[in-house]
Amino acid sequence: MSTPAPARALSAARTTATAARVLRQLRHDPRTVGLMILIPCLMLFLLRYVFDGSARTFDSIGASLLGIFPLITMFLVTSIATLRERTSGTLERLLAMPLGKGDLIAGYALAFGALAIVQSALATGLAVWFLGLDVTGSPWLLLLVALLDALLGTALGLFVSAFAASEFQAVQFMPAVIFPQLLLCGLFTSREAMHPVLETLSDVLPMSYAVDGMNEVLKHTDMTTAFVRDTLIVAACALLVLTLGAATLKRRTA
Amino acid sequence: MMNFSSRPTEEPAVHAQDLTVVRGPRTVLRGLGFTVPRGQVTGLLGPSGCGKSTLMRAVVGTQAKVSGTLDVLGHPAGHPTLRTRVGYVTQAPSVYDDLTVRQNLDYFAAILDPGRAAADRRREDVTRAIADVDLTTHTDALAGNLSGGQRNRVSLAVALLGTPELLVLDEPTVGLDPVLRRDLWQLFHTLAAERDTTLLISSHVMDEAERCHRLLLMRDGEILADDTPDALRTRTGSETVEAAFLHLVDRAAAQARTKETTR
Repeated sequence: MSTPAPARALSAARTTATAARVLRQLRHDPRTVGLMILIPCLMLFLLRYVFDGSARTFDSIGASLLGIFPLITMFLVTSIATLRERTSGTLERLLAMPLGKGDLIAGYALAFGALAIVQSALATGLAVWFLGLDVTGSPWLLLLVALLDALLGTALGLFVSAFAASEFQAVQFMPAVIFPQLLLCGLFTSREAMHPVLETLSDVLPMSYAVDGMNEVLKHTDMTTAFVRDTLIVAACALLVLTLGAATLKRRTA
Repeated sequence: MMNFSSRPTEEPAVHAQDLTVVRGPRTVLRGLGFTVPRGQVTGLLGPSGCGKSTLMRAVVGTQAKVSGTLDVLGHPAGHPTLRTRVGYVTQAPSVYDDLTVRQNLDYFAAILDPGRAAADRRREDVTRAIADVDLTTHTDALAGNLSGGQRNRVSLAVALLGTPELLVLDEPTVGLDPVLRRDLWQLFHTLAAERDTTLLISSHVMDEAERCHRLLLMRDGEILADDTPDALRTRTGSETVEAAFLHLVDRAAAQARTKETTR
């Protein structure tokens, strides 16, 4: 090797190599990819006929779920994938190499983000064109929020994987981290109608803004300031948690 | 004070002084001092649990709570510039089971030597590393479908990428059949002789000690001896390194007993 590039905080080549590697791993696991892509579609389909008599309810819950699915799937996939990376020793090996922590995280975010785009595009397309989801705004904005949600899920999954010693524990973080947000995000009842304490709590949980953002697109033709605020909050949360996740990657471990 | 064999002017590949490592409540390494000369095969031998892996992790820079002096290739262990110069193989193979042998190596090569301009160099490097560990016929097999020994060799091939100056190998021949073990030791000596690589190889199998240029004998977080196999045998009047090791252990135990009784 003549002149190996030094390890910088973020190297485009190493990030894309990592993303390509993650996607290559997924390609050897078509069942996981199939499940990730088909299940949201199936759930939306189910939901449409659960609310057969009330199309309005399907509109609001359907739009919210379009934001929640990518968050949950990416959370699960990332937490297990990074846990495997930690337990198999490949993380230790990578961190002994000139790989920046940012490269690894950005690589994962890029790969799972690409998968999330496919997942969200299919689910949104199905909901809007085949199941009659009545969106006032542009479906592209729905897709944008879905993508940010996926990033948030990736970030949360990466972060909690540091606190899981086994796959069993990692899976248990799903109900611990995701369910409270699911209950408080305004999916079941509007956030204003909750107990004031819970309402405040829901104000600081990122999923609330993901769902709010989806509902803004549902009700308004153009980008409202509320929509911009919601998406910015979700994006900022994703970035913050990704940074926290990077801090859990240690080159030196006991 | 030390005899660095052929090149006395050159600094050693690894130099440790008063090296101590604490893991939880235990002190795993206790004030070690040793050197690993360049371009040679140094064996790190001792029973399981004596601290061999911790010592290797400290050299590679992945071990936390290390105190004392530990210089590797002229830099403090774990220094960023060492990340391309030191190859490391853990005891358990650290490769991606859901990638093929070549895909594994392609990825790690891209981390070591990134960029499109280096693509040709990387391809050669990967092909050579696979040939080095004799897995050319399994290039496109999924790592997860290989046998334990084969996966170990994939892990070793990753460490050979980029021609590192120092290779730290944690029990690389465990669970391999005699033919493969002989072949791998031949490879280690070729690396030292032809590519001028320094190798630090741990093992708990004493007969492998005879194949090393130098030996570090470890027990209970301490180094019992730092010498050549010949010198060790002569010094202890033993036939084999194993006997020499036992002799040293007994002597250390006897010394400890006299210390106890005189106290």
